[in-house]
Amino acid sequence: MMDLTGVSKTFPNGTLALENVSTTIARGEFVALLGPSGCGKSTLLRLMAGLEAPSSGTLAWQDGPPRPGEIGFVFQDATLMPWASAAENVFLPLKLRGKSKAETKAEVTAALAQVGLADFAAAKPAALSGGMKMRVSIARALVSQPKLLLMDEPFAALDEFTRHRLQEDLRGLWRRSGKTIVFVTHSIYEAAYLATRILMMSPRPGRIAADITNNVADGPERRSAADYVALVKQITDVLRAVMPA
Amino acid sequence: MSKTLERAAPFLFGIIGLGLWQGAVWGLAVPQYVLPGPVAILRAYAGDYGTLNTALLSTLTVAFTALLVSAALGVLLALAMAASTLLRAAIQPWAVILQVTPVVAIAPLIIIWVNQPFMALVVCATVVAFFPVLSNTAAGLAATPADLLDLFRLNGATRWQTLLLLRLPAALPYFLAGLRISGTLALVGAVVAEFVAGSGGFASGLAYRILEAGYRLEIPRMFAALTLLAFAGVAIYAALGLFSHLMLRRRDS
Repeated sequence: MMDLTGVSKTFPNGTLALENVSTTIARGEFVALLGPSGCGKSTLLRLMAGLEAPSSGTLAWQDGPPRPGEIGFVFQDATLMPWASAAENVFLPLKLRGKSKAETKAEVTAALAQVGLADFAAAKPAALSGGMKMRVSIARALVSQPKLLLMDEPFAALDEFTRHRLQEDLRGLWRRSGKTIVFVTHSIYEAAYLATRILMMSPRPGRIAADITNNVADGPERRSAADYVALVKQITDVLRAVMPA
Repeated sequence: MSKTLERAAPFLFGIIGLGLWQGAVWGLAVPQYVLPGPVAILRAYAGDYGTLNTALLSTLTVAFTALLVSAALGVLLALAMAASTLLRAAIQPWAVILQVTPVVAIAPLIIIWVNQPFMALVVCATVVAFFPVLSNTAAGLAATPADLLDLFRLNGATRWQTLLLLRLPAALPYFLAGLRISGTLALVGAVVAEFVAGSGGFASGLAYRILEAGYRLEIPRMFAALTLLAFAGVAIYAALGLFSHLMLRRRDS
């Protein structure tokens, strides 16, 4: 899907956020960018989205640069418009491309159903729980059928129970749809549960410290399987080796 | 119980204050031309409510027109300032200068320049009132959530779409807070302008009645006009507060 070659990012204040990042995101992969705060993982995600330009290096799309709506982005906060209903929030990406409400009604309904909120189309964000708001935010990112879904610590602000539910739903959604997802997180367990591939990042300056493949089988035992526990241990060991004391 | 007491507190405080005031005026035999008691003020109002109410209406018309103009002008200037940093740099210092210059000082000029009396009063009141709408709306436009702006960008939104669908709705609570402050300032501006214009002889507002009562030493009538003005200010503030509350509740829930 995308090749990154020698990507570096220096902010105007002189901070070197990313140094010489090279990797390839393959179509259909679920990649976790895992690292502590300040390791540049969010910056890397914003570069992939085209919200920032790299200071040096290149990001090349294998089948041409994305058009508006071909990248779905989910932020750490749900960032819904408080004055618009769930359905209107989900409709937004389509509206911005000049589509009418009538012709996209089915798409919006389907996107809401996909995240289990079919019955809450008319609800305003103030009436929804934190987890439901995040579901609306995910539906909004999915409604334009993006070829790449970028998620920036979307579950970090949710309680553990809601987080588990949403992780399971997201993993199921990825298995059904085969979408390419890049997911930023600072939770080892979340990365090990969700992703097919984990890019460990180390801070100051941000770089890729390890590239780990996840082969744990899907299923109800995924969170307690022996190879899941082994993977968590493997990540933890890498972490100990690469993190500055 | 304590909640009810809290609600009643301003009224109880007022009634006790009025009682003490009336008692002192009676007890110390203060002459009415120095300080009239509440009873004398009420009597003065009852004796002249036709003129006083007409005057109040006249002042409120000026204040309300100035508020509408302020809202439109404040939003337009805030939009201009949000649209370009050059315009922001050009407008901001002049808005501040206009805000800090006492209206009493420029009102005589405005009254000379603007021939039509009603318009002259409205211009004075607008000069006083427009700044809170401008600065609050500008702050609201600048405080649009960055993530939502990114989302609009990713979906290829035009500048116009971003303004209409995101920045203006996001700035609405700020605008309404500014409007509430501007409402009371518009009344202050209208009164000040009437004071300055009053001696010009074309004014019929409450400030003119206060001046007139002062010249004639009709102190109770002066107090009656003052009281009306105070009530009008409180009413404007409360009404705009309610308006803003209802608008935002209707929109966001």
